[in-house]
Amino acid sequence: MQFTPEHAEIRRTLRAIIDKDINPHVDKWEDDGIFPAHEVFKKLGGAGLLGINKPAEFGGMALDYSYAMVMAEELGHINCGSVPMAIGVQTDMATPALARYGSDALRREFLAPSIAGDYVACLGVSETGAGSDVASLKTTARRLGGDWVIDGGKMWTTNGTQADWMCLLANTGEGPAHKNKSLICVPMKTKGVQIVKKLDKLGMRSSDTAQIFFDEVKVPVRNTIGQEGMGFVYQMQQFQEERLWGAVSAVVGMERLIDQTIEYTRERKVFGRPLLDNQVIHFKLAELRTEVELVRSLCYRACEEYLDGKDVTMLASMAKLKAGRALRLVTDGCLQYWGGAGYLWESPTARAFRDSRLASIGGGADEVMLQIIAKLMGTLPRLENR
Amino acid sequence: MKFTPEHEALRQTWKTLIDREINPNVDEWEKEGAFPAHQLFKKMGDAGLLGVDKPVEFGGSGLDFSYAMICSESLGLVNGGSIPMATGVQISMATPALARYGSDELRREFLAPSISGDYVACLGVSETGAGSDVASIKTTARRVGGDWVINGGKMWTTNGAQADWMCLLANTGEGQVHKNKSLIVVPMKTKGVQIVKKLDKLGMRASDTVQTFFDEVKVPVRYTIGQPGSGFIYQMQQFQEERLWAGAGTLMGCDRIINATIDYTRDRKVFGRPLLDNQVIHFRLGELKTEVEALRSLVYRACEEYLAGNDVTMLASMAKLKAGRLRREVSDACLQYWGGAGYLWDNPVARSYRDGRLGSIGGGADEVMLQIIAKLMGTLPRLGNR
Repeated sequence: MQFTPEHAEIRRTLRAIIDKDINPHVDKWEDDGIFPAHEVFKKLGGAGLLGINKPAEFGGMALDYSYAMVMAEELGHINCGSVPMAIGVQTDMATPALARYGSDALRREFLAPSIAGDYVACLGVSETGAGSDVASLKTTARRLGGDWVIDGGKMWTTNGTQADWMCLLANTGEGPAHKNKSLICVPMKTKGVQIVKKLDKLGMRSSDTAQIFFDEVKVPVRNTIGQEGMGFVYQMQQFQEERLWGAVSAVVGMERLIDQTIEYTRERKVFGRPLLDNQVIHFKLAELRTEVELVRSLCYRACEEYLDGKDVTMLASMAKLKAGRALRLVTDGCLQYWGGAGYLWESPTARAFRDSRLASIGGGADEVMLQIIAKLMGTLPRLENR
Repeated sequence: MKFTPEHEALRQTWKTLIDREINPNVDEWEKEGAFPAHQLFKKMGDAGLLGVDKPVEFGGSGLDFSYAMICSESLGLVNGGSIPMATGVQISMATPALARYGSDELRREFLAPSISGDYVACLGVSETGAGSDVASIKTTARRVGGDWVINGGKMWTTNGAQADWMCLLANTGEGQVHKNKSLIVVPMKTKGVQIVKKLDKLGMRASDTVQTFFDEVKVPVRYTIGQPGSGFIYQMQQFQEERLWAGAGTLMGCDRIINATIDYTRDRKVFGRPLLDNQVIHFRLGELKTEVEALRSLVYRACEEYLAGNDVTMLASMAKLKAGRLRREVSDACLQYWGGAGYLWDNPVARSYRDGRLGSIGGGADEVMLQIIAKLMGTLPRLGNR
């Protein structure tokens, strides 16, 4: 992976916004249980950062995926997991299919303002009864004249209470579960969209995660992204980017936590010498740092192959899996050396510990990644033998 | 890392040679406790495989290090660790300093025949009292007229019983331990070189590992590689390639063991279904494969940065560390699923289990890698505080 001065420029631009407009407010947002998505996204959109690899006609920079990856990596400088996750939903989870397959009219209406930071997007895939096994979702959209009439509900919707529109996956027909679904842009102010509750979570406290019901929600059929019936396929592609994003966005956060732990244990004296001078501690931190470089290397290689036009399902799934595992290892390992200080609610270690636990669950659980990897290795049993 | 058709051709050449000349004979060589190094290296030399990254003037191909890395990776196809290790000593451990700093005369005399496969080389660094802490070696070479007179001994010398020459690290002066050493080419037939014994090891059974004594061994001063007093520095550079070699060398061995385990557990029926259909097994194999790909990504990235002229001490040490850890994890986990069959001496997994255990010890132990990483992270205590 060869980086250019343009990659460095993206890093610098984002870093400036993080230092000035994000990090000084994170503690308060964490207390509030929400962050002002419109305000933050407008700043990012103003700097062009919400459409790095999106088409220029709709306000994007039309750069290749490596630039988007660099942005995801740099988001690790934010002092929590919630805000990066919300940004990731906007750039890499709710919008790739729209950017790739949406009609010009639909992209003007939803993509352009999302790139500008005027609209906040959310993704409606998971339901109470369907998360990792997307095919079994129950929300339906039935056709009535020129409209879809949507019934059902979505769960675990990041940005859900603030979003202007949702990229919704719904059953739009009969037939096999992989061919009867469509992605539809649903304005969240449409009559019948009910935000049932903001979910109270172990971590990711400044991210608003909602449960949503749809009761006879009408949206025009022209809000369908691409071809009707292709929703599952589009979503699977969109998941690729989500997974790579999930992995690469973990790298810098882990690195920073290790660095903070080094600083803390260098200052903290126990039995007359710095804690860090204990071999068990500086060796363990070196081991964790090695794991971080493994995740980073895997992401860079996956990105390189993705740019070469190769199918990176295997590498992206491995990166996501490995990142989830490494995050838990790193946050737990570091917290230990802070002792009681690391156990305080507002300490960076405690926040990283609770926020990062989501990585092995969200965006396809570790076990789903393993299932995908096993499938590609040819070792997954036939359905009846599982 | 972009691979070219030339890299691919090199992989093919290795595969053909390994399938034809090596794998059919490994079991026998393992029983005999040695392999015919001259005979085998000659075949490799004839195929142009021993000098891919060595200067053309001395019979090499003059390619970059990525080709040497492919040699290492390809050797993972050998059913056992001994031959890859012996070949690695010849290609990437005993000869890089000679190729880089040796006089033309010295390179004609020792490098050219090592590239053609007429000479077998060994490396004399470790001693009974100095392995990972190279600086404390005791072997001396004192100058008498135009000769070095060498006294002392070396330990753990791979290829030692068959080698034609040794790349020897010895103290050639007084003063600081990092500035008083030289690398000297020592023909093993020189009077006073005594091979004390062939060591009996847990694994790597087909590799001849010896202890050597030097009693007033005279070699001309012109056999010094590069500058006298620079031996420590040259050796540190040589270690870089050795470590990257070790990282790359682990990859296909792990792949091979995982694949063999997939084949075995697919055929083996327990309670009426293939063992492999147990989720705990195919998920575990998916996890191991993920670790292998993470290591592969790290090795490729380190190689890329090395070629770009960056210092890769950190990444190479991380790769070596991870390789050692991973080989143990893969061998141990896979052996389990073979049950009693995996416990048989000649089983490929049993061989990997005993051979692979050296990975965390040879070429700088895991703990030495951790120390280097910690040093580069700035977390290693001053000597007084360790």
